[in-house]
Amino acid sequence: MNKREGEGSSSKKAVSDANVNVSSPIIAAFKVFQQELDTKHDKYERLVKISRDITIESKRTIFLLHRVTSVPDVEGILSEADVKLDLVRQKIGLIADELRGEDIYQFHRAFTPGIQEYVEAVSFQHFIRHRSLISLEEINARLVFMRAEKENVKVPVEAAPGGTHVLTFQVTPSDYLLGVADLTGELMRLCISSVGNGDIDTPFQLSQFLRQIHDGFSYIGNTGPYEVSKKLHTLRQSLGKVEDACYTLRVRGSEIPKHMLADVFTSRNTIMDPEEGVV
Amino acid sequence: MSVTEMFSYIQGFLSADQDVREDIRKVVQTLEQTAREILTVLQSVHQPTGFKEIPSKCTKARELFCTVRTQLSELKTKFPVEQYYRFHEHWRFVLQRLTFLAAFVVYLESETLVTREDAAQILGIEVVREKGFHLDIEDYLAGILIMASELSRLAVNSVTAGDYTRPIRISNFINELDSGFRLLNLKNDPLRKRYDGLKYDVKKIEEVVYDLSIRGLAKEAETEANK
Repeated sequence: MNKREGEGSSSKKAVSDANVNVSSPIIAAFKVFQQELDTKHDKYERLVKISRDITIESKRTIFLLHRVTSVPDVEGILSEADVKLDLVRQKIGLIADELRGEDIYQFHRAFTPGIQEYVEAVSFQHFIRHRSLISLEEINARLVFMRAEKENVKVPVEAAPGGTHVLTFQVTPSDYLLGVADLTGELMRLCISSVGNGDIDTPFQLSQFLRQIHDGFSYIGNTGPYEVSKKLHTLRQSLGKVEDACYTLRVRGSEIPKHMLADVFTSRNTIMDPEEGVV
Repeated sequence: MSVTEMFSYIQGFLSADQDVREDIRKVVQTLEQTAREILTVLQSVHQPTGFKEIPSKCTKARELFCTVRTQLSELKTKFPVEQYYRFHEHWRFVLQRLTFLAAFVVYLESETLVTREDAAQILGIEVVREKGFHLDIEDYLAGILIMASELSRLAVNSVTAGDYTRPIRISNFINELDSGFRLLNLKNDPLRKRYDGLKYDVKKIEEVVYDLSIRGLAKEAETEANK
């Protein structure tokens, strides 16, 4: 495409530039437009780059967190993930810096993949630690940055004492939603790998949690953004895998010798009963 | 917060969002209607008889722009001003059409390119984002490009109507516009796609000018005008 246009215009350029007054108002106006467009594109590119870094770091954190199934020291991994996520948050701080005084939706497409990945990582860590879903407020509460005083600060900035400014970044509800949808894929992997490690406690917790999320997404249905309905399909598949895993565990459980089975049942009865109706 | 609570919170947000979009869509529909009306008025300049009526058509179009201004000010009330780009897609198309119509009126009146400030003023909106509902630079440029193809059509039709000087003036104008656009570093976006069409408009007008000059019609018209 580039090439074709280069050929087309190079010969014409000489002709038309000759009879066009370079200092005409039109040319002067377009020089201003050029600057404005370039500034905008540059900012967009910077944001894309930051977003990519965030994606990479978040993915690494998720890989790290997957190791909890095979390592005795869960707390150690979680705190290591905390360190990594702090780095990611600093990068999100850079985005907040870039967006100072801008309309965040103008550049939203540049950084939405990174933010979704961050939501995925941070909610995954939260689930491993607390076995619950992190809320949007909790995520946003951590995305507050202190910045040294600068001039010309605008909308998202509130003055704070001590010559610093509080800069916030707000994850939009749809980014949150899409991040949570990705989280379910990670939970499915966690479930399968914990089965592999002989952990029969986690899969049942996971299937219950995933079912809650699935119900939540069904509740939202098609009122959400377009991508949600696509992810819902993947979510169903993940849920199916986890439920199958639980089913298998249950069936295998009945093959365990009686004295051990009793042990298994006392601890899992409440979770497994609703399960049977579904599978 | 439980999972169910979290999802019903998000659901509440999403349905509020949808309500806003619904409101915007309604106003944009009325805007599109007005834009079509203006276009119908201006289309008649392509008729052989229409050339003499250009000034009256322009006044009529200018009157219709009053309706546009009130409709746009209604649109402004439908959403928070700092979320312009969140709903941008809804009015992007119509705003480009309106910019084209404003630019076309201004060209027909004075044969100059409408500035971004003037275009915004005709539509009753702002130029800079900070001041409120504004005319995005890419929408402005897209509107100008729509006008370029309209002008190439006008050049052909003005020859048919016996006006041999107009194509030459249009040619100069479009050439200047073309070198203006060549200053821009466009990304691979819709604007760039539209800009790629500009060279065909330039070519078409150049052919018209060629046809006129090879038959001596351009000179004839010039001397006639000088008399």
